Amino acid sequence: MTARSSSKFIKRFRSSPLDESTATGLVGETSEGTQEMKTRNETNRVELEREEGQLTVLPEGIVLDHGDMDIEISEDETMIINMGPQHPSTHGVLRLMMELKGETVLRTKPVIGYLHTGMEKTAEGLTYVQGSTNVTRMDYLAPLHNELVFSLATEKLLGVEIPPRATWIRMLMVELNRISSHLMWMATNGMDVGSTSMMIYGFRERELVLSFFEKVTGLRMNHNFIRPGGVAADLPDGWYDDVSAIIDTIPGRLDEYGEMLTGQPIFRERTEGVGILTQEQAISLSASGPVLRSTGVAWDLRKDIPYLAYDEVEFDVIIGSIGDTFDRFAVRLSEISESLRIVRQILEKMPSGPYRVQDKKITPPPRKRIDESMEALIHHFKLFTEGIHVPEGEAYVAVESPRGELGCYLVSDGSAKPYRMHIRAPSFVNLQSLPAMLKGGLLADAVATISSVDPIMGEVDR
Amino acid sequence: MGLEDLSHNFLTGNIENLVKWARRNSVWPATFGLACCAIEMMSAGAGDYDLARFGMEVFRASPRQADLMIVAGRVSQKMAPVLRQVYDQMMEPKWVISMGVCASSGGMFNNYAIVQGVDQIVPVDVYAPGCPPGPETLINAILTLHAKIQNGEITRRKGTGAGISIGEVKRKSNVGTLAKKNTPKTVKIVSK
Repeated sequence: MTARSSSKFIKRFRSSPLDESTATGLVGETSEGTQEMKTRNETNRVELEREEGQLTVLPEGIVLDHGDMDIEISEDETMIINMGPQHPSTHGVLRLMMELKGETVLRTKPVIGYLHTGMEKTAEGLTYVQGSTNVTRMDYLAPLHNELVFSLATEKLLGVEIPPRATWIRMLMVELNRISSHLMWMATNGMDVGSTSMMIYGFRERELVLSFFEKVTGLRMNHNFIRPGGVAADLPDGWYDDVSAIIDTIPGRLDEYGEMLTGQPIFRERTEGVGILTQEQAISLSASGPVLRSTGVAWDLRKDIPYLAYDEVEFDVIIGSIGDTFDRFAVRLSEISESLRIVRQILEKMPSGPYRVQDKKITPPPRKRIDESMEALIHHFKLFTEGIHVPEGEAYVAVESPRGELGCYLVSDGSAKPYRMHIRAPSFVNLQSLPAMLKGGLLADAVATISSVDPIMGEVDR
Repeated sequence: MGLEDLSHNFLTGNIENLVKWARRNSVWPATFGLACCAIEMMSAGAGDYDLARFGMEVFRASPRQADLMIVAGRVSQKMAPVLRQVYDQMMEPKWVISMGVCASSGGMFNNYAIVQGVDQIVPVDVYAPGCPPGPETLINAILTLHAKIQNGEITRRKGTGAGISIGEVKRKSNVGTLAKKNTPKTVKIVSK
């Protein structure tokens, strides 16, 4: 791969291949016209390069040259097919348009927006107290991460420091959430490559974690547990034994997966060397999370920009080497073990104390106090009608969600509602590496590759 | 001829009840996962809750092989025509469960993007509450539907749904004309 530097070229096409404003069809063309894949004659050179996954620019501004692109393929030899949005293997409502030559994928274009929920707009109408209810429904496999990033951004604007127990409870919950998310991913990935029993096993282990979540938060999903100022409630009695039971059970089950998938020739044949993404491509396409780490880049926000108390626990960052579908599977499998290691340390180190900030302007008083004190009643009333008044300013906070860098950008105008909320969704950004992964591969491998990116459409479309 | 001359045992009953019994016990859902609820729908199908107990573990990828559409999640304006098309592709008799508050009423997302209730697009038989409804709630909704199938009319034929007014749903097929025959005159049908 040689570097081709043409300043004009870089300047024009610096923006990411999936332009956010047009992706959801809000700006410019509202029909699907611009999103649909056209024939080669109707597509210009730049668009063609995007769809072939060749438009890759490194952060330094170097354009990667992938060799000569064959644009002289006649239309008689190719066909454009449509996959989704109602398709069992596209993980929700992703729609892919692919140009095929025989069974080989030449170009891919993800068409998104089928689950656009307008969450960023909804957030502007909700107070900071209500905000985490909204964001938790974004990435529905890692709801606690969404709440965490929103709460951290709000707290950064407020300038409050949360008590240590709240921090450690948050860490416990998000790490367990990472485990349940990866298990769910392995279940669906197993189903996509034809291992139906993996689906049943993945859900079995996920239920272990979910029943603990239900005990702590009252819900299996969309918990609204991590809130600005701390967490909603203290851990229930017997939490130590529950978590111990989980971390004692899962490692043995992981070994079973090792036998069932890692050592299984059919699974390896379907995943090894399929959907390769090189390190340069991953960086230039802003990939993060397991997709980036599988290419050999040791980038994990928990290590590189530590938040919560991740600098006080020991764990390793798992990286792959080739960046194929099997590497992405292996990275996630090992990350479950690392998360278990973190959870084990949290069990030992869990401090005591309050589970939320004791500032009455930020968190509600305990229920008991409301009956006794007029002041507490007023605080409670003000908090749930008006909300928290957050000082003017802007903040960006990023956390490592199971899918990658999950960022929340908040702008406050001094009122109780955010002026603007923007989410940097890892699934959305990772999705743009699909054309690069699928190019030159077989159509049957596309299913395994899409699954290995782990896109959650709720987060992609928001 | 009297029945007493027969040499073997027999049962008498209504063929209607037999058909309804058969239909009830093998409702095949379409895999129509949209958002969070789809995960709970999958959980219901997995080992712990085991929908196979009700003859429903076969989630069909093709709507042509499915009897039941579980609308699991929020339906965006962009998805609405697709959802309608999938519904139209399903064979009669067919049923719809609206799973979760987003599908039932738009839920907390009262904004420009979300269809405020999937019953604006397709006729719904059972609404399952919750955000998301747990597998138990879904199973309860399914059992409610089973009771409805068992006790309902065998020849019931649905119209296209009273509220079919979404601009994108312009169907050239004979769905509109079929509905015209079977729908009371008070119901307004928009088909172009």
